[in-house]
Amino acid sequence: MEIKRHTLSVLVENEAGVLSQVSRLFSRKGYNIESLAVGTTDNPLISRITIEVLADDDHILLLSNQLRKLFPVHSVKILTPEKSLRRELVLLKVKAENSERRSEVIQIANIFRASIIDVCIGSLTLALIGDEQKTGAIERILEEFEVLELVRTGVIALERGIETINDETKEKGEFNYGKNVL
Amino acid sequence: MKMSGAKILMECLLEQEVDTIFGYPGGSILNVYDALYEYGDRIRHILTAHEQGASHAADGYARSTGKVGVCFATSGPGATNLTTGIATAYLDSSPVVFITCNVSEGLMGKDTFQEVDITGITMPITKCNYLVRDVTKLADIIREAFAIAKSGRPGPVLIDILKNVTAEEAEYTPVPRSQHFNSGRLQALLRRASHDFKAPEPDEQDINIMLDMIAASKKPLIICGGGVVRGRAHEEFRAFAKKMDAPVAITVMGAGGIRGRDPLATGMIGMHGTQASNMACDSCDLLIAVGCRFSDRVALNPQSFASQAKIVQIDIDRAEINKNVRTDHHIVGDAKRVLQLLGERMDQMEHDEWKKYVFSFPTETEYDEGGETLTPKQILTAIARLVPQDAMVATDVGQHQMWAIQHFRFDYPGQLMTSGGFGTMGFGLGAAIGAKVGNPDKVVIHITGDGSFRMNCNELCTEQYYDIPVITFIFNNGTLGMVRQWQNLIYNKHFSQTTLDRAPDFVKLAEANGLRGRRVCNVSELEAAIKDALEWGHGYVVDCAIDMDEMVRPMVGGGSHITQFILN
Repeated sequence: MEIKRHTLSVLVENEAGVLSQVSRLFSRKGYNIESLAVGTTDNPLISRITIEVLADDDHILLLSNQLRKLFPVHSVKILTPEKSLRRELVLLKVKAENSERRSEVIQIANIFRASIIDVCIGSLTLALIGDEQKTGAIERILEEFEVLELVRTGVIALERGIETINDETKEKGEFNYGKNVL
Repeated sequence: MKMSGAKILMECLLEQEVDTIFGYPGGSILNVYDALYEYGDRIRHILTAHEQGASHAADGYARSTGKVGVCFATSGPGATNLTTGIATAYLDSSPVVFITCNVSEGLMGKDTFQEVDITGITMPITKCNYLVRDVTKLADIIREAFAIAKSGRPGPVLIDILKNVTAEEAEYTPVPRSQHFNSGRLQALLRRASHDFKAPEPDEQDINIMLDMIAASKKPLIICGGGVVRGRAHEEFRAFAKKMDAPVAITVMGAGGIRGRDPLATGMIGMHGTQASNMACDSCDLLIAVGCRFSDRVALNPQSFASQAKIVQIDIDRAEINKNVRTDHHIVGDAKRVLQLLGERMDQMEHDEWKKYVFSFPTETEYDEGGETLTPKQILTAIARLVPQDAMVATDVGQHQMWAIQHFRFDYPGQLMTSGGFGTMGFGLGAAIGAKVGNPDKVVIHITGDGSFRMNCNELCTEQYYDIPVITFIFNNGTLGMVRQWQNLIYNKHFSQTTLDRAPDFVKLAEANGLRGRRVCNVSELEAAIKDALEWGHGYVVDCAIDMDEMVRPMVGGGSHITQFILN
């Protein structure tokens, strides 16, 4: 089966040890996490983890099922690229030794709607929000200028439309069943 | 009432109606053992020779009684010695609460004497684990741990309590068990699932689809898995099987779900499955798996497994659906409830022709009656004849395990304790001790091999001290029989490191531990030994000499199609 990049969105208890529990599940099954972003949600007791892995469709189902079994995990959703909004923040420090180089970089930044967040004599730092196509494109162009440092937050994603990860589905009910036959 | 963490722990165990703990003390858990000193009249503690023995005993206690087993150990090596026992319980979904203590808060993370990150270590082998750093949360965590261990698909839970927490004091308010779901963490857990404390119903539509599939099927086969045993759904299962009028194959964990001598029972399925079970699996048109996860020892080749059939999986754990074998339909629910609903709504079926076909294949393996040397069949026949039919059996892992399951016909869930998933050699003696402690009125026998017995035979002293009369039968072939069988069949008879021509003398070992032992070489000696053991009523070891080249038959190679027997 075809291996592609999958995005998993996971709601978890905001507690110590939960992130390692989630991430070690991927390593145990032999998957490398391509991207990971974690933060609290509107409810401070709950965090949302967005994970991207390279896997085929069968395995991503298996992984999400194993994730749903963990007690600190509230819900899991596989977000397909067509039905989701994906964004990532990238900070790039680019070498620009003179004013000519600087203005060139600024021009490129404007085209990509990146903001300049720091300037000094030898370099410029850019901030850019987008999906990996957009961030990839600016990276390739700026290679010519020598990128001194680059950092990305990891992709965060949300489903398009009114549907949310909190929606009660039959599948979600089935997983809760096992957790709650007390 | 204000009391120390250690006393809160004792009170919480009493809330759970715990009467027996298996364990081993040490530095970090001293406060807990100090509290146990005061509660000794209400909670019995069995001190084993090794923490691993305690972990298996708590597991055996849980499997045989259906209650939650409890095991104590100290920090560091005490805790790591539990890990094999925890994994064994995890793979066989046995409800055990393991309680360890760790170093004090100020010493955490400093590689202190006997410090280990046991919650990190046991993360993949527990259903859930906790590190308790705040005494005010202790009671709530213990209540949640017990509920999680026995709820849904049962499993082990570990609570690691810091030493200072066991000494610090907090307000303790008793909460009766029936009220646990209305308070604290459990209430939050239930709220999250958006329903009350009450088993949810299986999906109505799923049941209806399944009823249609049952009505359409001409050649159904039912697999009785461990879920039937753990969920104590045997009565519903038997009624359902009778109404289906379908052959029933068991997995290792499902032994006891259906009566061994039931006319519908075809015996074990899979690697050492009977011809009847494996042939039925290959030609059935509907396969109903109840509480079975299609492990690689059952569905040897997941692609070709039951390829003619529509596969329906009934399981409480949604994550098991489609994990190993792709199914056509599933029902998530408690086996007891699902089978009850199906049984109520379906008509009595008749599948005489299909049954006739299936039962034209043997449901039992023909073993040689034996000449000079004792054979496994002779030993098992003699045991079955002389011990009560309801005797409980604990086994270790290897040939003797398969022979015991093939030959003994188990009648009720919890009668057999065996490490099916994890395959833990050395499980049997501890488990037998736990089973006898939990079921003092039953005769408990321990079937083992010389290799397995050597691993944890140190627990003989526990048997002697507490006078726990377990009868151990060693299938002594002087080799690691199952590994030798593979070497014989697959590895060109290279018997690499499997011959066990060495000490100890098991009879003397039994005697050194204050028990009786006998070495037997023929049926009459064996029968005399069994009678002596039953009469004497204390721990007993029967060392049975068998041939080293006996094999478990039939056998299908790993990954092969289920009817490709390499041994018949």
